[in-house]
Amino acid sequence: MSAARSGYIAILLSFLVALMLTALPMPVWAALWRPAWVALVLIYWCMAAPTYTGVVMGWVLGLFLDVLVGALLGQHALALAMVAFVAHRFHRQVRVLPIWQQAVSVFGLVFIYQALILWITGIQGMPILAAAYWSSPLVSMLLWPWIYIVLRDVRRRYLVA
Amino acid sequence: MTVLSVVLMTVDHRAQHLESLRSVLSTLVYPIQIAVDLPIQAGNWMAEYFSSRHRLIAENVRLRENQFLLDARLAKLADLEAENRRLRSLLDSSAKVGERVLVAELLSVDMDPYSRRIVLNKGSRDGVEVGQSLIDSNGVMGQIVHVAPFSSNALLITDPSHALPVQNHRTGMRSLAVGAGPVNQLELAHLPNNADVRIGDVLVTSGLGGRFPAGYPVGRIVGIERNRGRPFATVTVQPSARLERNREVLLVWPSQSTEESDTLPAHMEGAE
Repeated sequence: MSAARSGYIAILLSFLVALMLTALPMPVWAALWRPAWVALVLIYWCMAAPTYTGVVMGWVLGLFLDVLVGALLGQHALALAMVAFVAHRFHRQVRVLPIWQQAVSVFGLVFIYQALILWITGIQGMPILAAAYWSSPLVSMLLWPWIYIVLRDVRRRYLVA
Repeated sequence: MTVLSVVLMTVDHRAQHLESLRSVLSTLVYPIQIAVDLPIQAGNWMAEYFSSRHRLIAENVRLRENQFLLDARLAKLADLEAENRRLRSLLDSSAKVGERVLVAELLSVDMDPYSRRIVLNKGSRDGVEVGQSLIDSNGVMGQIVHVAPFSSNALLITDPSHALPVQNHRTGMRSLAVGAGPVNQLELAHLPNNADVRIGDVLVTSGLGGRFPAGYPVGRIVGIERNRGRPFATVTVQPSARLERNREVLLVWPSQSTEESDTLPAHMEGAE
């Protein structure tokens, strides 16, 4: 019982840190290269602790992200719920892969995420006209090993099953 | 979940019913923004605290001189304003009421890098309303689009979905300044090729939309491209407000705020 509770607290704190990293001010050129922090952390927990996190968690998290970045309500919620669903569906296959192969699948997931958001902003009539938009999956992929290691330590420390 | 998101997005895009939900969520998110902002603010404070006495004295002298100059100018302005009011009353035209202002501070948080939005530390608790305009000492910055109890979101004039009615100071010609997307740039929409514009022309708000007060500087024309194959000229404008560098901004209440509560939502103002 107490393990489950500390696990939840650890997961929520890691999401909090991801939201803070999303809001961290950066110079304009670097902001375009910002990895999708929340999506990355969500993917990790969906794969490593599928009993704790899932589609609903992703959806609620997305709603917070929407408010944080000032987007249309539900835009990131939809995208993160999708990511959570796919990550949850394939967590057994992906979690046994070596880290670099995991990174490639993370690239795919973040790509889906970015594509969904691009689609939604396109429907709103605000197309994003920057090739750098697609750098985010790439940066996320390159960052994955570090995020994986940090979050794995967190998971072991707080005994999240 | 998907259906719920789509419904949520549609309702948020079309109607204003979700403002309360957004305001609640914004309040929950506010601690995160504060937590991000705090170290930066602390850094600034430390820099100020440890800056040398010599520099502070120099700055003090400079500010005092500045204050003196501005005071002198203000005295002249007050005189002119009184004269203006007298002349206007002679002409029987409506007098411009002085606008109410409030100083707000930006939180150093990044939002979506593809739209130009900022977070302010004043919210509905301080009487901020949706649609208020935002200015700095050099010109117009943007307008408020969402208000939460402790914070509010503003759309900068350079956002691609933002348009504001402007007037050329030299010729008096009216047009629309639309955000171009890139960082410090606006474009004049639907300006015919033979329009009388020159590089260096100053644009001010025309006050026609009823949302921005009239007469505040908006920007300066920096590029004109007349393409014969196209119906409209491409005119680029550099905003005069220091959009990406300010920390303090002024919130202006429109002089007749009560009549215009039912105007178009923020991003619909003017043409798209």
